[in-house]
Amino acid sequence: MNYFITLTLNGLASGAAYAALALSLVIIYQATRLVNFAQPALALLSVYTAYTVTQLTGSYWLGFAAALTTGLLVGAFVERVIVRPIARTSQLNAIIVTLGLLLVVQGAVGMIWGNEQHGFRYAFSYVGRFSPADVFSLVAVGVVALLLFGLYRFTPLGLRMRAAAFHPEAARLSGVKVGLMLTAGWGIASLIGALAGMLAGPPFISPNVFDVVFVFGITAAVVGGLDNPFGAVIGGLLIGLGMSYVSGFVGPELATLTALAIVVIVLSVRPDGILSRPTARKV
Amino acid sequence: MNAQTLPGAAGNGASPDAEPILAVENLSASYGAVRALDNVSLAVPAQGLCAVLGANGAGKTTLLRTLTGLHRASSGRVLLEGEDITRLPTEKVITRGLAHVPEGGGVIVELTVEENLRLGGLWRSDRRSSTTFDEVMDLFPPLVERRTKTASTLSGGERQMLAIGRALMGRPRVLLLDEPSLGLAPLVTKQIFTLLRDLRDRIGLTVVLVEQNAAGALSVTEHGYVLNQGSVAAEGPSDGLLADDRTRHAYLGF
Repeated sequence: MNYFITLTLNGLASGAAYAALALSLVIIYQATRLVNFAQPALALLSVYTAYTVTQLTGSYWLGFAAALTTGLLVGAFVERVIVRPIARTSQLNAIIVTLGLLLVVQGAVGMIWGNEQHGFRYAFSYVGRFSPADVFSLVAVGVVALLLFGLYRFTPLGLRMRAAAFHPEAARLSGVKVGLMLTAGWGIASLIGALAGMLAGPPFISPNVFDVVFVFGITAAVVGGLDNPFGAVIGGLLIGLGMSYVSGFVGPELATLTALAIVVIVLSVRPDGILSRPTARKV
Repeated sequence: MNAQTLPGAAGNGASPDAEPILAVENLSASYGAVRALDNVSLAVPAQGLCAVLGANGAGKTTLLRTLTGLHRASSGRVLLEGEDITRLPTEKVITRGLAHVPEGGGVIVELTVEENLRLGGLWRSDRRSSTTFDEVMDLFPPLVERRTKTASTLSGGERQMLAIGRALMGRPRVLLLDEPSLGLAPLVTKQIFTLLRDLRDRIGLTVVLVEQNAAGALSVTEHGYVLNQGSVAAEGPSDGLLADDRTRHAYLGF
């Protein structure tokens, strides 16, 4: 029983990072119907920035703040300067461009910081089952999810952002600057992506450190329902739990297969994800 | 072309003295190679109720969309209270006092009734915003009890009310309405038309009403324009258009 609880807590902790990454994908998909394949690249850039800041200042938390700031700014920049001009011609082009951006940024990070692994000091101990680092992961993602919910639900900015996402023309006719809302959405999404990176990356970072995490993140987003933020969180935790149970009770070599199995099972029952569109309208 | 189809437009018989609050001068717009608006000119006096009529594809919706910048004008000008707003982006046009309720209302069904209304007044960001909210709620009693429900639960008539309410939240000077009667029962349509007249009388709103329901629209407005294939085919006082058999048969189909 004790073992089961440990596995559960572990699963939730690793699921938290997937949930955060899934959230960052869903926020953008919801607003633009675009899967942002560049998300792990933006997280990568943020985490390496944090690495350098931490090295220079010796403070993990300055690095942490730098990561989130970098995510916010780079996300907004990518939307405004790279994605938007291309999305005007075709949505598919924009998706391909985000994929290209992923490769370019990964390459650039390798050129700047080197392709070898760097040890990234962590603020909390990550040894043992359900370590302080795990607790921090869960709490950080929980707080971010709540803040995001509050932002969308209760602030004028959130109302504008939702209006722009659901019905851009009606939003414009209500005086909303839809383009600005898109930029803000990308910024916030990439900030959360950077958080996911800070949770999933250390203790070792390298240009390809997020490849696997991203696969689980996007899996979580699809499982939860691509246009539902709550679904993203549920999907992330579900993937984390499933992989933790299977690797604990059956064997770690089957963990990745578990994620695939969850996708197949969930989508065969609910093809649009756990929280599909009709539910999303109620929240 | 313009001179033939717009007899007396230069002098504007409707309101000879007052400067129109909304003036459209030789406005043209296209969809690719298709010309949807061809040299359309209108003059809407302040606190006027004006109908724009015509068959499907006559250019009515394009006219409204071009006025609020949702569609780009290829030539011509739109003047609101003497200010040229032709090239302004939609969200700026709205803040100048020109509101537009699109076809079907454009209510955001994912948001609650209250959120839809608040959205319409967000750009004002002044203290009066909450008084406007209460005033709008007073206008539409059916919306009060649905306040926290999503707009998807509303009937067609209620959605139209919500759409008008949202537009009013911005305290516009001129309200453009695109076929508010579409899909509504005759009684509900009549309520909405009556409401428009009330709004003019009570808060001095100017209304431009685009309709296929020509008889209904002409009975509530003072002045009417008939569009045909993108140009103004006839215009005049509403009762005159209603009585003129030739216009009625040729363009209005009743």
